[in-house]
Order: sequence, then C-alpha cells, then structure tokens
Amino acid sequence: MTEIASDPDAALKGVADGATVLVGGFGTAGQPVELIDALIRTGARDLTVVSNNAGNGDHGLAALLAAGQVRKIVCSFPRQSDSWVFDALYRAGKIELEVVPQGNLAERIRAAGAGIGAFFCPTGVGTPLAEGKETRTIDGRDYVLEYPIRGDLALVKAHVADTRGNLLYRKTARNFGPVMATAATTTVVQVDRLVDAGAIDPEVVVTPGIFVDRVVVCPASTELAEEGAAG
Amino acid sequence: MTTATIEQPDRGPLTRTELAQQIAADIPPGSYVNLGIGQPTTVADHLAPDSGVVLHTENGMLGMGRAAQGDEVDPDLVNAGKVPVTETPGAAYFHHADSFAMMRGGHLDVCVLGAFQVSGTGDLANWHTGEPDAIPAVGGAMDLAIGAKDVFVMMTLFDKQGRAKLVPSCTYPLTGVGCVSRVYTDVATFDLTPDGVVVTATFGTTVEELRSRLDVPLLAG
Repeated sequence: MTEIASDPDAALKGVADGATVLVGGFGTAGQPVELIDALIRTGARDLTVVSNNAGNGDHGLAALLAAGQVRKIVCSFPRQSDSWVFDALYRAGKIELEVVPQGNLAERIRAAGAGIGAFFCPTGVGTPLAEGKETRTIDGRDYVLEYPIRGDLALVKAHVADTRGNLLYRKTARNFGPVMATAATTTVVQVDRLVDAGAIDPEVVVTPGIFVDRVVVCPASTELAEEGAAG
Repeated sequence: MTTATIEQPDRGPLTRTELAQQIAADIPPGSYVNLGIGQPTTVADHLAPDSGVVLHTENGMLGMGRAAQGDEVDPDLVNAGKVPVTETPGAAYFHHADSFAMMRGGHLDVCVLGAFQVSGTGDLANWHTGEPDAIPAVGGAMDLAIGAKDVFVMMTLFDKQGRAKLVPSCTYPLTGVGCVSRVYTDVATFDLTPDGVVVTATFGTTVEELRSRLDVPLLAG
C-alpha cells in the first residue's frame, strides 16, 4: 500500500550508501527538487544517479552532485548551458559518466519495471555507444542487446496523487516519471496536491498506485498548483 | 523519383531563413514531424498554418505549438531544447518510453536534424566531436536518426575552415548508419539514393563546381 509521508525527510528514510537512484525530470521540468534536497540531507554517499540530464544551475540534481554524494551518473545529455557543476566534476575526474541514448534510457528503465530480461534495440547500431555489445540481425535489420536499468530508489515529481497513490502529471513534466515509478524497489513521489481516493477519474490515472510506495505533498511555489484534479 | 537538377549559379547561397523555408515546403501536409534542437527548430516558423503538420517533441508531446511568450511561459511545458513552448488544440502528452516508441516504431514521418558530417551513403555524425576534452552528450539523436521514416539533415555544406561536411566516410563518431535520406544545405540540396548522391538544386554554385569541392561522386538529374 502507498504510504503518505509527512515531509520529504520522512519519505526518504533508509537510503543506503551505494544506492542506485532514478531521478525524474527533463532539465528542470518534472525534477523532484524537494526530494533531492532531502536526499542530500540523508548524507547517503557513493550513489549512482540515473537521470536524463546532469543538473541545471546550482539547485536540485546539481546540488546533489556538488555535495559529492554521487559516484556515477547515467544520463543521455549531461552537457547543457547551465551544467557547470557536472562539467567541473567531470573534468576533474570526480564523477563517472555513462552516456545512454535517450530512448534507450527510457526503454531500459521500462524493461526493468516490466520484468523484461533484456531487449534488442536498433538505436546506436554501428556507433561508439554500441561497441562491445552483443548484436543480432532480425528480419534483415541489425539490433543491439540492451539490459534493464533498475533502481533501489526512484524520485518522481507528479502533479496530483490520491490516497491510493494514483498519479496525474502535468504537461511535459511527465517525461520519465511514469517509467521510473515502475522500476525501483522504493518509489517516492512528490506531488503538488493530495486528494481523497475517488477524486481522480479512474479513466485518466497515468501511474496506478501499485507502483508508488510513498507520497509526500510539496506544494508548488506558483499558482500552477491550482489546476483541477483531472487537469 | 528523379527530377531535373535546378542549378541557380546566379543567385547567392540560401540564407538561414530561406533554408528553413525550403525544408518546410518539402514536408508533406499532415506529417508527424520532429525538429531537432537548434537550427531545425526554425523550420516550424515556416510551416503553412493549413499544412496539418503535427510537431512531436521527444520530451513527451504531440501538437507542440510555437515558443511561449510572456504569461504563456510555463516551466512544465518545454521543448527538447528546454525552451518554453505552447500547446495546440488536439495536443497530447505522454511519457518518455511512449515518446521514443513513436520514433523507434517508425511512426514519425520526418525528422530534421543538424549534422557535423553526413556520408554519401547516409551515415550521420552529429553528437560528438570526439575531441578529448569534449563532454559527450547524445540526447535523443541516435533514436531519432534510426526511427523517423525520413531523416532530413539541415546544415552548411562547408565548415568554417572550408572543409566539406558531405563526405565519403564520416570521421566524427557516428550517430546512425545509412539513415539520412536528404541533405539541405546553403549551397545545394541532395537526395541520398541507392544509386548515389543526387544533386537536386544548387544555390550560387553549379554541379560542376560542387564536384570539384566534394570528394563524394555527384549525380545530376
């Protein structure tokens, strides 16, 4: 059953050193900043972070990297105009980087959540990112064998949750949230708003509560949280 | 499909705007289209309002509208370049695995990408210069390159040092193999066909002059 946590620190109890953490977001859209701040406060070290980017500016994921708690990051697009924290750590040899094509990142996480052992994918065939990987020709097309990415912990930002853990997202802040929620031993979700079971139309639930272990309300700092539950 | 090469030596090279217009005019009405980060994004400005083209953005949206202005800016609504955008009537949101299934599964009609180099056989290099101090970042480029039914490249034909970017074999790390179908540049457009590289138009130059500057054999229609 989904547990409703009183605050982000309570939601992140028991994070172990060396954990693999799936962190939602595409740049800052959908980045679970309050949960990342709480992860920093746990002091957990030697983390492997899986996220599309490697932090923006000095907040959220960038702050986690700056705190020296991340040993390795798995992402598709680390280099951005405001990724100076990551850039400096990488150039100093203080963080390990695994670059994964964005669709492979999503599908490898999806595969973990869906119980798929591995899959053959056409992305990256003949490129440096497929070097050393098993390949196979199926019906005349070449594919690369890709393995799932599973997390010990997933940190996700959604818009609205009900007390059963059913989730709605908002616009392109959805991005990796629904797949990451399925792929971790413990999935923690921060939401703008919590509503009673029954207040979300079952037809429009995006992430069913079975994938959600803990929910914590972190009201958005803007008026955007005023949107309707079905919006 | 072979049409006569249109040589226009007496005009200048295409401006960036003209290049974007050229590509927009060649996108079939009603297509599902992904425009890459940077220059390709400008193609959207030249699509006819009645074209029925639906724009896909990798971060989970179909029916993406123009860039957001003023009060329209919403941090939860951005494009692949993380620029705030708007939604159009009939837009849809979806998660990343669905978004990339649209590419990989062959559902997108056209994508337009920038390039460092393209080979005559359609290999694409656009994600990494391979320089030792460069931080590699691939994003969705590899998935798009092998996924869309037609991959159009939008680039200058020569780099700042005057070196051709349409080459017999890419020297930069590859993004995809044999995936590019058409190359739009400031001085010429090319169809990459099983028979070879066909020059379909020139701007401020001739096929003869291009043959002297490129190491790729050129066919003219």
